[in-house]
Amino acid sequence: MQSFTAVLGDAVALILSGDASLMGIIALSLRVTVTAVLIACVIGLPLGAAVGAFRFPGRTLATVLLNSLMGLPPVVVGLVVYLALSASGPLGPLGLLYTPTAMVIAQTILVTPIVAALTRQVIEDLDREYAEQFRSLDVGPLARITALLWDARYSLLTVALAGFGRAIAEVGAVLIVGGNINHVTRVMTTTIALETSKGNLELALALGVVLLVIAILVNAAVMGLRASAARAAYA
Amino acid sequence: MREALARNEAEGPQRPDAAPVPALLEGQGLLLEIGGKRLIDGIDIRIDEGRRTMVMGANGAGKSLLLRLLHGLIAPTAGGIAWRGGPLDRTARRAQAMVFQRPVMLRRSVIANLAFALKVRGLRGAMRQARINEALEKARLTDLARSPARVLSGGEQQRLALARALACDPELLFLDEPTASLDPASTQAIETLIADASRRGVTVVMVTHDLGQARRLADDIVFLHAGRVAESGPAARVLSSPRSEAASAWLEGRLFLDEPRAQS
Repeated sequence: MQSFTAVLGDAVALILSGDASLMGIIALSLRVTVTAVLIACVIGLPLGAAVGAFRFPGRTLATVLLNSLMGLPPVVVGLVVYLALSASGPLGPLGLLYTPTAMVIAQTILVTPIVAALTRQVIEDLDREYAEQFRSLDVGPLARITALLWDARYSLLTVALAGFGRAIAEVGAVLIVGGNINHVTRVMTTTIALETSKGNLELALALGVVLLVIAILVNAAVMGLRASAARAAYA
Repeated sequence: MREALARNEAEGPQRPDAAPVPALLEGQGLLLEIGGKRLIDGIDIRIDEGRRTMVMGANGAGKSLLLRLLHGLIAPTAGGIAWRGGPLDRTARRAQAMVFQRPVMLRRSVIANLAFALKVRGLRGAMRQARINEALEKARLTDLARSPARVLSGGEQQRLALARALACDPELLFLDEPTASLDPASTQAIETLIADASRRGVTVVMVTHDLGQARRLADDIVFLHAGRVAESGPAARVLSSPRSEAASAWLEGRLFLDEPRAQS
């Protein structure tokens, strides 16, 4: 077996070579993850904001549910989506199984509760600060939610980042619904699992390095944005 | 106009044939209980149009709660509030504005804080911009228009909060200790804005601990003690010859211990 440093060297060389297959896998991973996170934000931000800002019967139950769903087991989500999209499932006629769309669906289901639950907390805290002023100004429900989401935008970037982190690192669900088909549904995490089992450690480690670099870059960008916003007292 | 309006307390016999002047805002039998504790204990209050009423009293007397009740931010346990003899509905609420002791600044620029309030009130385009410019100028915040509101000094933030409230063109303005912990220059700037608004016909109800401020601004004084009105009337009379022991002790700087609050 090769030493770790030798494998790492080969992995870096593979990345620097701009290998088409490797780049395709990275691009698909980012496309699926970014799409899933965007959809999760479209659903989760207003949903979490509504639960955080409004008082309604069953609000505590909704909060408990959202918090609990943050820990959804990916393989269970993968299995449920698989059953829904399989030929005999209710969405079978759409023919989405083993496509990137199926992977987006699975990741969206996993990420939406994370976005919604964290948004609820952020918005609830901000609403506590704004509540009396908004009542005094007679701000309507839609304007209130919009204003809270806008004013919490820098905190919500971190929320989106948490969703991105969950989605990009996900393996179980996308493996089940995507099938890990080469050049079709093979993403970084499923490739790492496959190539490791085959003993092709260079590619597995190269993808691991890329995954880490992406996570660090995205985190650094969001932290930088938040820090500049905090200096301007917008965060 | 102000002289023609009714007072919080009738100082002399009224002509029997005089038509009753409806109060701008009137609270009757106001009661507020929280956690079994009676915080507002049967307050009757009448706010007449165009007047500047100072609500005074020791900490915990119920001044801020009374303001919130009158503005409709919290609902009384019992009692009612009437606006021009009618219900305190949405239209009535929109004719009022409130500035809080700790000004609530949206995480936006000074100009965006003003724009938000005016947008909520339905002002658009050139009319909104004109109102913003006027508010900035009056509050002497034009140079800071693009600055984030939350980096302003305490005095500037309070001026912005007051400018935002006044930009909504209220008939009645509630102020909850707007100059607490401000320096004399900032206090004077706030008082100038209040006096200017009052001259334009805005009715003012303001909580203050500052005796000097009450002397400078008040037409009427409502003195609260332990959730009740200990005394109310024209400022000149209440400040010179108070009739209640609580107000008297306050004005003389004597210690006057609270009675235990009623339990429900």
